[in-house]
Amino acid sequence: MAGIATAFTPIASLAGGALIGLSAVMLMALTGRIAGVSGIAARLFPPYEDGELAGRVAFIAGLVAAPVLVLVLTGKLPAQTIQANGTVLSIAGFLVGFGSVWGSGCTSGHGVCGVSRLSVRSMVATATFMAAGIATVFISRHLG
Amino acid sequence: MAIIFQFAIGLIFGLGLVLSGMSDPAKVLNFLDLAAIGSGTWDASLAFVMAGAVAVTFVGFNWVLKRPRPLFGEKFHLPTSRELDLRIVLGPALFGVGWGLSGFCPGPAFTALGFGSGAAVIFVAFMLAGMLLARWLANRPALSRISASPDQLEA
Repeated sequence: MAGIATAFTPIASLAGGALIGLSAVMLMALTGRIAGVSGIAARLFPPYEDGELAGRVAFIAGLVAAPVLVLVLTGKLPAQTIQANGTVLSIAGFLVGFGSVWGSGCTSGHGVCGVSRLSVRSMVATATFMAAGIATVFISRHLG
Repeated sequence: MAIIFQFAIGLIFGLGLVLSGMSDPAKVLNFLDLAAIGSGTWDASLAFVMAGAVAVTFVGFNWVLKRPRPLFGEKFHLPTSRELDLRIVLGPALFGVGWGLSGFCPGPAFTALGFGSGAAVIFVAFMLAGMLLARWLANRPALSRISASPDQLEA
């Protein structure tokens, strides 16, 4: 499946990345927790080891609300193109969910927070999912 | 009180995803498509997102973690495991395949729900199912050697 062209946005991406970093720093300062979205989402399910379920629901609700706020403030939403069909999305979603819990983290927990803490485990995890993602795109786009 | 802050922190994270373009799976896939460097459709934006996020988090964590404790909590919960076991490669490998198939990882998938995307609903439903299964397996004592115990979940 060929990709569709997207614009290279270095300034907006750097600024957006800084906001993600700010969010991670604020969560650590306020709750003492790593801003790993997969860890937060997985702990929406039992067993509940602490009394922080409501805070996790609130964080996820904030993630979902962000584009709604953008729409209210600017009157439009940026581009979002999803090419994968329902079957591929189902398999991909399951792999992302299962793999992130099995590997103790995802792009935010390992890629942002772990790498920032100079964790070797997180660097290995980040290098592995980057390599797997690159290989998967190569196979699906160029060998398929 | 803490809950309102956590909503706001999630909102800032989501705004970062939207501003950075990472809420668009096409941009993520075009970054992962290294073979397109030659043809000109490679999109390096994701590297800039990571650079911005890691720079702020690196400086911010150094500052925050010098404090005795978080504002709303007893202590900082930092991962302590340093073991480079099979999980830390196999988990991210499966994750990376799913990421490369769809262009979604967990944060942008939740944010895509707010776009009103039906595709995101399918992805998130199966992602949560995968998480639930992995979390359930992690709590089977017989499997604890090959799967994560809940307190090892770091992110």
